[in-house]
Amino acid sequence: MMKNKFLLFIMVLLVIPIAGWGQDETEPDGVVESVPPAPPTNLSAFDTPNDNGHSISLQWDLSADDVEGNLDFAGYRILRAESPDGPYEIRKDSIPRGTMSERDSGVKESDNQDYFPREKDFWYKVVTLHKNGNAESEVFGPVRAVGQLYNWGKTPVAAAVILFTVFTLFFIQKARAGAELYVRPLAGIDAVDEAIGRATEMGKPILYVLGLGTAADVATIASFTILSRVAKKVAEYQTSLIVPCYDPIVMTVAQETVKTAYYDAGRPDAYHEDDVFFVTNQQFAYVGGVNGIMIREKPATNFYLGKFYAESLILAETGSATGSIQIAGTDEVTQIPFFVVACDYTLIGEELYAASAYLGREPILLGSLKGQDYCKALVIISILLGVIAAIFNWDGFMNLFTVGN
Amino acid sequence: MNIFEKIAKLDRRWIYLILAAVVVITILVKFESPLRVNPEVRSIFNFVEGLEEDQYIHFAMDYDPGSMAELHPMTYAIMEQTLAKGVKIIITALSPNGPGMAESAMLEIMDSVRVKYGRELIYGEDVVFLGYKAYPGIVILSMGQNYRLSFPSDYYNTSTDSIPMMDGIINYDNVEGIILITGTSGIDFWLAYANGRYNARLAAGLTGVSAADYYPYLRSGQLFGLMGGMLGAAEYETLLREPGDKPGPAMEAMRVQVWAHITIIIFILIGNIGYFVSKRKGGMR
Amino acid sequence: MKREIPLMIVFVTGLFMAVQFFVPHSKSEFVYEFVMEWTIIIGIFALALGIWSIVRVSANKIKRRAENWQYAIIILAGLISMPIFALTGGLESYMWRHFFNYIIMPLHATMFSLLAFFIASAAFRAFRAHSLLASVLLFSAIIIMLRFNPFLGFLGEPIGDLAAWILNVPNMAAKRAIIIGIGLGMVGTALKVILGIERTYMGSD
Repeated sequence: MMKNKFLLFIMVLLVIPIAGWGQDETEPDGVVESVPPAPPTNLSAFDTPNDNGHSISLQWDLSADDVEGNLDFAGYRILRAESPDGPYEIRKDSIPRGTMSERDSGVKESDNQDYFPREKDFWYKVVTLHKNGNAESEVFGPVRAVGQLYNWGKTPVAAAVILFTVFTLFFIQKARAGAELYVRPLAGIDAVDEAIGRATEMGKPILYVLGLGTAADVATIASFTILSRVAKKVAEYQTSLIVPCYDPIVMTVAQETVKTAYYDAGRPDAYHEDDVFFVTNQQFAYVGGVNGIMIREKPATNFYLGKFYAESLILAETGSATGSIQIAGTDEVTQIPFFVVACDYTLIGEELYAASAYLGREPILLGSLKGQDYCKALVIISILLGVIAAIFNWDGFMNLFTVGN
Repeated sequence: MNIFEKIAKLDRRWIYLILAAVVVITILVKFESPLRVNPEVRSIFNFVEGLEEDQYIHFAMDYDPGSMAELHPMTYAIMEQTLAKGVKIIITALSPNGPGMAESAMLEIMDSVRVKYGRELIYGEDVVFLGYKAYPGIVILSMGQNYRLSFPSDYYNTSTDSIPMMDGIINYDNVEGIILITGTSGIDFWLAYANGRYNARLAAGLTGVSAADYYPYLRSGQLFGLMGGMLGAAEYETLLREPGDKPGPAMEAMRVQVWAHITIIIFILIGNIGYFVSKRKGGMR
Repeated sequence: MKREIPLMIVFVTGLFMAVQFFVPHSKSEFVYEFVMEWTIIIGIFALALGIWSIVRVSANKIKRRAENWQYAIIILAGLISMPIFALTGGLESYMWRHFFNYIIMPLHATMFSLLAFFIASAAFRAFRAHSLLASVLLFSAIIIMLRFNPFLGFLGEPIGDLAAWILNVPNMAAKRAIIIGIGLGMVGTALKVILGIERTYMGSD
């Protein structure tokens, strides 16, 4: 009895799958109906904020078919027309699934094929791309792109600039009024006089390298101001000065700077135009040229002040080998260590910008340095507050410092 | 002056001589240094391996002879691997002194693919060299719209429209990715414009000095791969290497670099020993 | 007057460019690009001044038979011959290409390669443990140099991690601090130039 039941059970077990197969095979193929997709809804288009006036931003709600794992859903397409009835042209295609906003932008040059007109009405549609066909959203329009006169995204920068300017002007005013302002001494600056004096004693020239920057680089501008002071002292001490230049505009400004400094020192006759000359604007060829000058002329003092790149150590180590006193300064952070190891004195970053004020000792210039110092204190306080804000997730505080494009 | 004082004040020419000797010996004597391959190098290799015949990549050679020693091996390794697979390459060179060097590298690589892989490459059908245009930022931006805006003709003054392989190739959308090899900060333009504005996939090979600055972009996903200097190139060559192959130029150079580093460390230690002993002696006197 | 006009120009253009940064409108972009294009044009004209300068300095050296005046001949020969090759045969010409490939390229590479030797001699002189800070510097330098060394065996991993930490934490912190200072210094310098407080680049104080 038991045996029979067991056999029956086995048979049933075997029959169930067989019956299943049978069903599969006997049924005709079901035709999958091709259902068109749902369109995107709630389309809205608006002028992109804080831009130059050549783009429109769009937002929409996802199509109902835009769900994870739906492989038939290909994405979205943006259409634009100059009237609600069309003709519509494709502006963006193959926008990935799950996207709810996009920007239709172009360039401002009207002769460019990617031109996007400013202050012109447009109508938009967003299309669902699907294996079973496409579905268009409602038309949205008119909308026009307008250029803004102020970028609100840059407000933190504007605030910082205004704050900085106020601080600087306040301390300059204070300095003008005769307040004693203390600035910490910089060894590199104190050494300038001594270095020029040494060159005079040895009867050897002074080499002044303005670096690889252009006249638009702040480091180069700072270097001009130091060059002016150095040239004046050189003229007074009756030493000679060699200024090989990398950039022709820098050369022109340097010539003018040195010439005026010699005039101011009352020694216009000592100025030779050939002292400030152009070498080449090829980085390593320039280094070769300057190193050649070092080896031939054996200057008593080398100044490297301005923008420097990979050539910094090649210059400084050659100068060290020829036994010159070397004073360097740059705002290229990666090059500072090379100067530190190979030069006698190095002005680090902002010290280069401050050097002119130190050398001149004019209260007005020192006042602006003071302003900078107080701004730095503000930055330090902000960083500390930022750390606390990050610990306690105070997003509001951190957003104060977020700068848009 | 005792020996330690002498060591502490060693004439720099000895250092140059010994370092030169180490470099020469490690170049001449063949031996292998083991290498660990980092994931950021592997991802570039995997990208190239995953390419199929007749797909396109953009190869940007934005460096010049100054950084050739460090960057050339990367160019050779990747370009050869790509062309051998039948992938088509669009080359640009946006460094003012680079185009001449880029062109000779391209011709050499085309030649070596023919010899090594028996694949005849035709300029204009497999490779195109668009050449140089000033102001890299503007050029990179314009290529995102259309290659023809900056390069109406290629390096040889052939109209871009008449080059067979440029048919239907409009902008970055038509290439699988951009491999950028550069020694300058021009990579910032590629990151901001090619990747940021046009969403092009970008991988970079940089000089050892600047590579450290660009690791954050790897983490943020703006770069899908990064090779730093000779080491990066050597890692890439390790991946390419079949058993029995000779080590590539970067692997050879890496061996030199490792030993040069060791030499410098020894010099630093010797200098310190000399300094301390002579200081102590001075103190006892 | 000779002094006031340039100062006025600096003030007006400097202020305009500072304000332009905050104005996204395409008309302001246009003016900015226009100014930038002119900068390039002026730069190209200035290049002529540069070339004239090097020709004059070299010619004077040859004339005066100054020390090593033979080098000046090479400078002038290179300066004159390369453009001639390029103009007569294009960048494809045999001469231009060979001069570029076999003279300019190796010279550039050689100058750059000198760095290796200079780093060695500078490191030898600079990394002396004469104080606590110098010892920290020395230790960090050795760790960073050992970072890729394949002969460290089981030490490779911890040294690699330590090197990464040195680069990403203390090094990054110091770099950022310097960069913040540089940023403030740049704004300060720019402000002084725009307001005419800093005018030494024009010559006298």
